[in-house]
Amino acid sequence: MSADPALAEPAWLRRLLIALVVVAMGLLVALPLAVVIVESLAQGWQAYVAAIAEAETLAAIRLTLLVAAITVPLNAVFGIAAAWALTRYEFRGKRLLLALIDLPFAISPVVAGLVFVLLFGAQGWFGPWLAERDLQVIFALPGIVLATVFITFPFVARELIPLMAAQGRDEEEAAASLGAGGWTLFWRVTVPNIRWALLYGVLLCNARAMGEFGAVSVVSGHIRGLTNTLPLQVEILHNEFSFAAAFAVASLLTVLALLTLVLKAWLEARHGDALARSGRH
Amino acid sequence: MDIRVESLHKQFSGFAALHGIDLSIRSGELIALLGPSGSGKTTLLRALAGLVPIDGGRILFGERDAATLTLRERRVGFVFQHYALFKHLDVFENVAFGLRSRPRRERPAAAEIAARVDALLRRVQLGGLAGRLPDQLSGGQRQRVALARAMAIDPTVLLLDEPFGALDAKVRVELRRWLRQIHDDTGYTTVFVTHDQEEALELADRVVVLNQGRIEQVGTPDEVYRQPVSSFVFDFIGRGAQIAGQARAGQFLVDGRPVYALRSTIGDGPALLSVRPHHFEIAAPEHGLRGQVRQQRQLAGRITLDVQLEAGAQVVEVDLDALQSGLAPAVGARIGLQPVAGTVFRAAD
Ligand SMILES: Nc1ncnc2c1ncn2[C@@H]1O[C@H](COP(=O)(O)OP(=O)(O)OP(=O)(O)O)[C@@H](O)[C@H]1O
Ligand SMILES: [Mg+2]
Repeated sequence: MSADPALAEPAWLRRLLIALVVVAMGLLVALPLAVVIVESLAQGWQAYVAAIAEAETLAAIRLTLLVAAITVPLNAVFGIAAAWALTRYEFRGKRLLLALIDLPFAISPVVAGLVFVLLFGAQGWFGPWLAERDLQVIFALPGIVLATVFITFPFVARELIPLMAAQGRDEEEAAASLGAGGWTLFWRVTVPNIRWALLYGVLLCNARAMGEFGAVSVVSGHIRGLTNTLPLQVEILHNEFSFAAAFAVASLLTVLALLTLVLKAWLEARHGDALARSGRH
Repeated sequence: MDIRVESLHKQFSGFAALHGIDLSIRSGELIALLGPSGSGKTTLLRALAGLVPIDGGRILFGERDAATLTLRERRVGFVFQHYALFKHLDVFENVAFGLRSRPRRERPAAAEIAARVDALLRRVQLGGLAGRLPDQLSGGQRQRVALARAMAIDPTVLLLDEPFGALDAKVRVELRRWLRQIHDDTGYTTVFVTHDQEEALELADRVVVLNQGRIEQVGTPDEVYRQPVSSFVFDFIGRGAQIAGQARAGQFLVDGRPVYALRSTIGDGPALLSVRPHHFEIAAPEHGLRGQVRQQRQLAGRITLDVQLEAGAQVVEVDLDALQSGLAPAVGARIGLQPVAGTVFRAAD
């Protein structure tokens, strides 16, 4: 492409731009990553293991895994259902719905958290109703799950919608006319066609579900050993000046991020053709 | 199985794609749905298959109203325009799909499925390719897989949407003969969509000509070619010229001069004379339609003249067969054109 001399920038400009990007990436991405790893190991392996084996941290790990284990399957199902409805049916309000799917990306997570407090908190709309039945949503697991589900809803749906729209209904119609029932059709035709995009969406959804801070912070109440997820635990440790411990816990989230990146790159390289072409993040 | 379509209507958000289609398809027939783009061919085919809901009228499969049948009960073998093969399944599994999708108690044993799929693949000449994935096949091969897949469910009717549309000319002609062969061997009632009149005329027992969601004419290839009921059908089926003039007292007049004796009765008034290119005879300039030869073209052993008529400066094509070619008038010559066969339609008012 750069063969066209009319479009080629002067060499010095090209080099300057590349240097700028390298420096920016180094300062903004690589350096913090290195800091996390170095700082977390600053007091040696034993301190690192001890920090993570601490009861409150272990509780935070368990809670984070639990929240992700509930949220990700839920959003996989919601995402498939939403993509199915939006690409397979014609109905009034479809465009509005398509626009609304991105709302969780557009809104500040803190606002999302506040909305749930407003709805389910003690003073909230459903507060009295919940209190009568002894159900606690806010400052408890249900609230954290709700907030996380809301925040991570778009990942799977956004990955599937362009793909399913591009694939059209042909194969499904073929299956139906060959006598396949809805269940067979879904598992033998639809799922194989969307599986890599689904996995991609699930991967991103999971990374965000484990890393979400803002919305969860509002609904969690920061009860030690009970409603603190990993990101909240990092903040607490940091606020208490336990920097080594904070970085140790943070390193777990960093490893998760790196793992996600590697898997994502593998999916893109190996199955790029089976992923949606638009809507890539 | 006989299939009857009675005053079928289909709307797409206010736009009528089919209005009042009446058609009966006899068991074992090979029918072509022919029409220009957007005339409703695919929509009619999909309505027959039950893939789109209909808004009026009914479709009968034998004596049963298709509305009461599930897709599985209709047992329609549908071949999609772009094949719609299952990309992730190999050729064998694509063909086996319909059999495997049957409810457990009707599902054949694995060995029987294998035997039937193998027989079908041999029939469509794909015996050695059972293990290939669809994107490892050529267009013609995909088409044959799609056909085998549709035949695997022992369909009550085979519906094919532009089965040869995406193939190159030579493969088209081969596959078209071969489809006729398969049809004659299996006896399946078959409806296929095409916008290629040659394909329809060569292949079908009967041709259904569609235009803007209505049926213009149903008939054998010979009938629609020789006795088109409307100038649309004449124009769509094959080449030819439509010449404006007047019908009066059994004669067709152009600029007041009789050029053709009418064979059917048509009221006096403005009319169109439709003539195929090989139905003109070259005459002396004072006979028939007056014109001047503009161009001579040789095409596959046939000579075609472009003759510009005096009336309306219209250019008509005239085919001369090999015998006449020695007598072909030179470019620039003034000649008369005598129609020897033609159809006269009332001009649209
Ligand atoms: N899903 C749809 N929504 C709205 N309009 C449609 C839909 N499907 C078809 N139509 C319209 O109905 C008319 C008939 O379409 P159809 O696909 O049956 O035409 P066709 O004869 O198969 O044309 P082609 O030769 O181009 O395939 C067209 O005007 C088309 O725009
Ligand atoms: Mg069509």
